[in-house]
Amino acid sequence: MEISSINPILLLASLIVAATPLLLAAIGELVVEKSGVLNLGVEGMMITGAICGFAISVNTGSPVLGLLAAAVGGATLSLLFAVLTQFALANQVASGLALTLFGLGLSALLGQGYQGVKPPAFPHVDLPILSKIPVLGPILFTQDFVVYLAFFLTLGTWAVLKYTRAGLILRAVGENHDAAHALGYKVVRIRVMAILFGGACAGLGGAYISLIRVPQWTEGMTAGIGWIALALVVFASWKPWRVLLGACLFGGVNVLQLNLQAAGVAIPVEYLAMSPYLITILVLVIMSADRSGAPASLGRSFHASN
Amino acid sequence: MKLTKLLSTAAMALGLATAAMAEDKTKVGFVYVGPVGDGGWTYEHNQGRLAVEKEFGDKVETVYVENVPEGPDAERVMTQMALEGADLIFTTSFGYMDPTLNVAKKFPNVKFEHATGYKTADNVSVYSARFYEGRAVQGTIAGHMTKSNIIGYIGSYPIPEVIRGINSAYIHAKKVNPDVQFKIVWAYTWFDPAKEADAAKVLIEQGADVILQHTDSTAPQAAAQAAGNVYTFGQASDMGEYAPMPRISSIIDNWGPYYVERTKAVMDGTWSTVSTWDGIGKGMVGIGEISDAVPADVKAEALALKDAIASGSYHPFTGPLNKQDGSVWLKEGETADDGTLAGMNFYVEGIEGTIPQ
Repeated sequence: MEISSINPILLLASLIVAATPLLLAAIGELVVEKSGVLNLGVEGMMITGAICGFAISVNTGSPVLGLLAAAVGGATLSLLFAVLTQFALANQVASGLALTLFGLGLSALLGQGYQGVKPPAFPHVDLPILSKIPVLGPILFTQDFVVYLAFFLTLGTWAVLKYTRAGLILRAVGENHDAAHALGYKVVRIRVMAILFGGACAGLGGAYISLIRVPQWTEGMTAGIGWIALALVVFASWKPWRVLLGACLFGGVNVLQLNLQAAGVAIPVEYLAMSPYLITILVLVIMSADRSGAPASLGRSFHASN
Repeated sequence: MKLTKLLSTAAMALGLATAAMAEDKTKVGFVYVGPVGDGGWTYEHNQGRLAVEKEFGDKVETVYVENVPEGPDAERVMTQMALEGADLIFTTSFGYMDPTLNVAKKFPNVKFEHATGYKTADNVSVYSARFYEGRAVQGTIAGHMTKSNIIGYIGSYPIPEVIRGINSAYIHAKKVNPDVQFKIVWAYTWFDPAKEADAAKVLIEQGADVILQHTDSTAPQAAAQAAGNVYTFGQASDMGEYAPMPRISSIIDNWGPYYVERTKAVMDGTWSTVSTWDGIGKGMVGIGEISDAVPADVKAEALALKDAIASGSYHPFTGPLNKQDGSVWLKEGETADDGTLAGMNFYVEGIEGTIPQ
């Protein structure tokens, strides 16, 4: 009815805010899966990061320390997964699910006493000169620095995986761990590092929700974003730029459908509510028609004796 | 789904472990739709549970399961509770209606209490609070406080309870401010802080300076606070940590007395099927303190309305009122009957948009 009440600049700016936690968690998981490990514990690591970041930033008054703590918290939890799957050779699917359950419980416990507390405000970085550009400025260059961090993380992940020796080794481990082992690469060590990276990213993503997007602490506040991040990695066929595209699509359609509702557009709300999932999956599935598959060793345990 | 299923299973296992010793105790089970720490709806039901424990001490044992999705999985959780020997089970969300009836059929000796529903059976009672009475007070304050004349409303699901609240708030906002306009967003969730925050931000971006919510978390409060000059109301719980701004008042659900009364009835063997629907008068709906951000005359007007509703001298749905399509619903001086209110599926005249079917 009145589309004009939607401000496209604000819409795109909130699209980016909605996409960032998803992007952070999904990029972390992408690296983990590229190394041949399937960690279903993203949701658990995110929520743990959310409360670690929240608690530290409330207690120290420093949002930056909070983000660091979130990364450390997520990585610490993922270490548990690494020990279970890489050293005890436990089933990865079961361990990942357990990690999510454990993370949700642990975060609820850690979060006692933090409900209703307000975290210190996160400073927005208005980049000089760039933020003055009409239209693009307010959308791209007046965000908080975590948004930029997420972008450069995507860029870095893509470059490292594609152009560096380290990326090649990581991919080799993920494609065929026996061959990589035969070549003398430390499969377990590489995978543990990838898992820790994934945990840190998921923790950051969680803290982005509790410190910046919402910002407050509530039990179970990630509400399934970790699972969406997991699905996103698969639908993006393990390619960083597609993960970025998927995250923006999902976040964008989500914000857009709320905007359309508020503007009173006569599309049935049910269609609007399911549209983020449908559109994201549709676009990414069409794009992955080139059959770039999963890492061949994904989800398989490795032991040097086999 | 898988996650929540596992969660509830884990919680049930915990429940099992603690269940063994209590033979002569009355066992009361609670099924929650969100976490007890949501700061809203489930938090208040849990306060009710604690009130039962406090009242009866050793004579009662309570168990609860959080984050139970509405739908078939709820049936499994209730069945498990009944098998563990619960005498009375409170199922505290609208979407548990059919699951509650199905499970109640299988356990004729267990008493069930379903919140906000309308289907009863020999061993199923329903209870709810007249939240729309509180919405009338909120609407009055909101109509006065808005400067942009746009009031945002975050709905959860398009069910009669939520629609009643929207209508009641709108009627009373319109009464004090004829130019008022409602923008309604359906979140399709009871509890998802990130989504609720997004919804609140969208409404604020589109000009709303008062936000009413019918979802369970405090995220919209935080979003309003970040935005600055936006007013909100606590939902289900006081949410007093956001007072005096943005939260300027609240609707508080007070389940404790009802839970104590019904538990007592099971102990005495006097439990029978009832449909309870109490409001401000009986204390099941409370109005949280109206903060200093509200001018004194508005506050006085809101409190006078509250008193009139409590004493029964005023009904929030009093004619003349038309339905959205302009047809007459209530004639001059007529008040709505509970049957119509319980199944309300239409907007009153003046609200724009359609209710999702």
